[in-house]
Amino acid sequence: MKPPPTFARPLPAKERTDRPRRAPLVSAPLVRRITPWLVTASFFILWEIVCVVFHVDTFILPKPSQIVVSLFQHYPAITANALQTLYTTLVGFALAVAVGLFLGMLVGAMPPVYNGIYPVMVGLNAIPKVAIVPILVIWFGIGTVPAIITAFVISFFPIMVNVATGLATIEPEMRDVLRSLGARRWQILRKVGIPRAMPYFFASLKVAVTLAFIGSIVAETVASDRGIGYLMIAASARFDITLVFAGLLVVALMGIAMYEVFAYVERRVTFWATRGNEMLT
Amino acid sequence: MHKLESFVRLANASLAYGVEDKEVLAIDDVSMTIREGEFIALVGPSGCGKSSLLKLVSGLHPALRGEVIVDGRQVTSPISICGMAFQNSTLLPWRSALDNVLLPLEIVEPYASSFRRRKGEYVERARGLLRSVGLAGFEDKYPWELSGGMQQRASLCRALIHEPRILLLDEPFGALDAFTREDLWAVLQSLWIEKRPTVILVTHDLREAAYLADTIYVSSPRPGRIVSRTEVEFARPRTLETTYAPEFIAKVHGLRERIAH
Ligand SMILES: Nc1ncnc2c1ncn2[C@@H]1O[C@H](COP(=O)(O)OP(=O)(O)OP(=O)(O)O)[C@@H](O)[C@H]1O
Ligand SMILES: [Mg+2]
Repeated sequence: MKPPPTFARPLPAKERTDRPRRAPLVSAPLVRRITPWLVTASFFILWEIVCVVFHVDTFILPKPSQIVVSLFQHYPAITANALQTLYTTLVGFALAVAVGLFLGMLVGAMPPVYNGIYPVMVGLNAIPKVAIVPILVIWFGIGTVPAIITAFVISFFPIMVNVATGLATIEPEMRDVLRSLGARRWQILRKVGIPRAMPYFFASLKVAVTLAFIGSIVAETVASDRGIGYLMIAASARFDITLVFAGLLVVALMGIAMYEVFAYVERRVTFWATRGNEMLT
Repeated sequence: MHKLESFVRLANASLAYGVEDKEVLAIDDVSMTIREGEFIALVGPSGCGKSSLLKLVSGLHPALRGEVIVDGRQVTSPISICGMAFQNSTLLPWRSALDNVLLPLEIVEPYASSFRRRKGEYVERARGLLRSVGLAGFEDKYPWELSGGMQQRASLCRALIHEPRILLLDEPFGALDAFTREDLWAVLQSLWIEKRPTVILVTHDLREAAYLADTIYVSSPRPGRIVSRTEVEFARPRTLETTYAPEFIAKVHGLRERIAH
């Protein structure tokens, strides 16, 4: 008989929260935790080597070392703009969560509403979000508001769809358990619908927060005088490609951080959906 | 308390699934009367509409034709005086065993309105019930941490916790091993003797039916009709000894012959 695969072993809650630490033995979970770091490090090392070996012009592709230097040189500007982007992203994302949750529940719990709203939503979602930025500029001028709205518009859809799906796919048997007790519609929604939709909801948050970043940065590149998107556009206008890459790096880092935050929340809140097994998250 | 002679009454009731042209008739023209506090068992071939009959009585599915009357009232929507254990354990995976058992108390009156205030008392009751089916120590486990048989026991507790006047059990012991099953027959019988709910038990096991029930109904293959009604007069409480008596074995034999296969 084969031993069960190591990833199927549910980790005790304590161990899960630990950060990678130096352990004398290289255990399987440790390998799993350090692999992403190794891959990332190799990627940057390879990049550096390619730039050096082939004498790649800094103007085409700066070396990672140069990017890091630029990051430190422009530290104050990058921090200020990164905070601005983080702010617009999170405000837009918070709005998206509120509206997505509300519409998702409405649509998922009431089939007639589902039939009415869903096609319209799919249509709206098909519009490229960049296309609405100029309109937002006309309405709200240049600055923070268009970025927030773009972040919101781009990220609320997956939340809504996931919540609606979670509610609409409740097993009839579970509904029957509640119905046989004489539960009312709202009770069924509270006791079964919402808990059941939570894994779908949290799964969508990870995706939505990354989309929100894309939204606010796109808006900043077109219609703002602040934010990482603006910083990158301004830098490229000055042909400071290294700074553009530094901006990209910061965006990627913020995206990963947010993704991890929500992935962590998801594991915590909906552990039952994976039966205590972390593999799928 | 005065017991009703006709607590559950089906009069020429039929039930169908699906729409007009693709209709599947699951129950056809069934009539039966169940006394209050009576324990009946329903046996019949697979797919003959036994689960459907429980849905009919609980009001989960409306009758196509005929009447379903429970406690003097025509059933048109789910009745809240019933406790149900379903064929597959339908425990909610995000609740521990204990919280699953408490679920009915959060919904059914008069418990729901005093749930917060008297939670401690209800938790004690739920623990007691879990203990009586042999689940002591597993109260805080999630359903997916329990074996199939344990899930089935927890779901039996959930059906009983709010002391329903009518108990609908759909093959509750079907997934259990023979020893556990016989243990739980005794548990169920003593719970029934104590509280005296009206019970409809669906089962494939004729010994189980003869051990537990006052009356056994046999259904034909789909669409289900009642083809025979047998009274079981063995004295209560019945024990495993009862099942080895020649009269008991004869009864089971008799039943077996009535089931078409
Ligand atoms: N939701 C449904 N939609 C359509 N047809 C159904 C549905 N549920 C049951 N049926 C049909 O109704 C008939 C009776 O089903 P039911 O579940 O009542 O049988 P049963 O006697 O409980 O069977 P088993 O002993 O296998 O549990 C079956 O032929 C089945 O195909
Ligand atoms: Mg069945």
